[in-house]
Amino acid sequence: MSRVLSDAADETSPSGGGNAPVGSLEATLRAARDEGRKLLVPYVTGALTPHWCDVVRAVAAAGADGLEVGIPFSDPIMDGPTIQEASARALARGATPAGIVSELSGVDVEIPLAVMTYYNLVFRSGHRRFARRLVESGVAAAIVPDLPLDEVGEWARAADDAGVETVMLAAPTTADDQLEAICRRARGFVYGVGLLGVTGERDELATSARRMARRLKAVTDKPVLIGVGVSTPDQARDVCEDADGVVVGSALVRRLLEGGGPDEAAAFVGELRAGIDA
Amino acid sequence: MEVRSSSPTTMGEPSPSGRFGSFGGRFVPESLVGACKELEAAFRSAWADDAFQSEYATLLREYAGRPTPVTECRRLSDRLGVRVLLKREDLAHTGSHKINNVVGQALLARTMGKRRLVAETGAGQHGVATATAAALFGLECVVYMGAVDVQRQALNVFRMNLLGAEVRPVDSGSRTLKDAINEAMRDWVASVETTHYCLGSVMGPHPYPWMVRELQRVIGDEARRQCREVLGGDDPDFVLACVGGGSNAAGTFAGFVDTRAALIGVEAAGGAAIGHGVPGVVHGMRSHLLQDEYGQVLEAHSISAGLDYPGVGPEHAYLAEVGRARYVEAGDDEVLDALRLLSETEGIIPALEPAHAVAYVARAAGDEIPTGSTVLVTLSGRGDKDAAEVMELLG
Repeated sequence: MSRVLSDAADETSPSGGGNAPVGSLEATLRAARDEGRKLLVPYVTGALTPHWCDVVRAVAAAGADGLEVGIPFSDPIMDGPTIQEASARALARGATPAGIVSELSGVDVEIPLAVMTYYNLVFRSGHRRFARRLVESGVAAAIVPDLPLDEVGEWARAADDAGVETVMLAAPTTADDQLEAICRRARGFVYGVGLLGVTGERDELATSARRMARRLKAVTDKPVLIGVGVSTPDQARDVCEDADGVVVGSALVRRLLEGGGPDEAAAFVGELRAGIDA
Repeated sequence: MEVRSSSPTTMGEPSPSGRFGSFGGRFVPESLVGACKELEAAFRSAWADDAFQSEYATLLREYAGRPTPVTECRRLSDRLGVRVLLKREDLAHTGSHKINNVVGQALLARTMGKRRLVAETGAGQHGVATATAAALFGLECVVYMGAVDVQRQALNVFRMNLLGAEVRPVDSGSRTLKDAINEAMRDWVASVETTHYCLGSVMGPHPYPWMVRELQRVIGDEARRQCREVLGGDDPDFVLACVGGGSNAAGTFAGFVDTRAALIGVEAAGGAAIGHGVPGVVHGMRSHLLQDEYGQVLEAHSISAGLDYPGVGPEHAYLAEVGRARYVEAGDDEVLDALRLLSETEGIIPALEPAHAVAYVARAAGDEIPTGSTVLVTLSGRGDKDAAEVMELLG
């Protein structure tokens, strides 16, 4: 792995962080971006169905550059009805964080994987134990939406030490000075929240989505992906005018909730791929 | 009145990151960080501002009906062998202590230029209080309420509607208070630029646990003065209050934390976050939480919708940890007995929530509360809202 030292100001970040080497998620996304490719990171809820790992494989093969796997939490305050329903169904099936992470070790896909979950599951497991489990299963990164910059330090240090990339979120309400600090602390990519609101499909791309991308691109050279409210190939293409790529969750998960399997998931991801490549 | 900057053990200001010891904090989506900081700044400024304090005090006096009295319970005291005083928050406007908090937060919302309040409610008391304050200030109001609670608190739903608020039933999760909080936070994430989240207890992200305690401090400050009049200059031996999130207990304890009084919080047996929970993070705070081995939040069960919450305010977790307050439990059956006992001996029908505190006094009198002790119990709300449910339970 190449050791790229970027954002030297990291040392002064309030959350610490130092100059951790670039991990596989960021390295993969940077390399793809530098070749002129727009980045696509779909989201699927872990353990949603008995064959969910086949969905992961299918999505990876359909043109994703990375994949976000949700570890369901009982109280997902950043999620709208679709992801809430998927989380509830997965939990009703007996989903556990350790079980999902363990199953991911067997999926054997070419693209880097990130888990997305809420902080209490990390806290309950213990920071170092949680990070170690991710590494052991080949998971590159973690996204924890209820750990903002001021609270992320303890987890992020454990993650850095273990070699897990902590993706940070930035929101339309984030002040400019905070935006820079968030980008310095971010590993893997910077997740720009496209609108004020929770995850879910929207009829139109919010005007805040492209603005968010432009603000982030102005302060960081890390990959900038926009998620929340990006639901269709057209919306994905639009936001990629300014962003390096997109995260698409609810629109994909809805298809799975409606009974779709690996083929339907792959078809939709293929449409998204074609959309942003157009 | 000014913000007290003493150490957290005396219920002063939390650390800059909103911690009481290791509890508290601000574990919220990035979208809400700015709003929490804005609120903290607005509260700091307002709480140090004589004009704000004067307007708040006037509203508490002329609108909320403060000071509420302390009532000496002579017949109950004879029965139990301990001298019981009640701090009568049931006599405040809207029937509970919740009005103290919402009037303050509505004033702050106006200061911040927010035209819309969102709130969550379990028993309905905080929802009714918020709807009331919104009407008073001409603000739009949306109240989230678990679908189960909508059923068992139909009267309060009607009251909120009469006051011009929109009540949105929440069908996710356990369909009780914790899910209503999730939904209110989701609303706030989407509307943060125009909306103030009028949180109902000493919980949630910083500055809420601290701010709500300060807004409820009036209970303890009044009670301390009143007890000294009744007790010839002395403080009570025991100060009790029920604890769900813990706002009436925090407000009460704040007035007595630097006295010799033993502070006791009474949790519902099926929702005892301090009694049975372990440290965790939900709803923006690190506190004690009922959860499984993986960190999934468990559903609480209580006869009382207001105590049907798997977490507790972080300052209570801290007070328990350092030993300044003790937390005990009361079960549904003894709570119903206590409700009947207070009704029959004193002509006061309590809400199910403070009936938990009365139940503990009834159980502990002559034992953990020695005969002859003086006991102050905060009667956080009146029983009208629970009448239909209690009628069914008591047959």
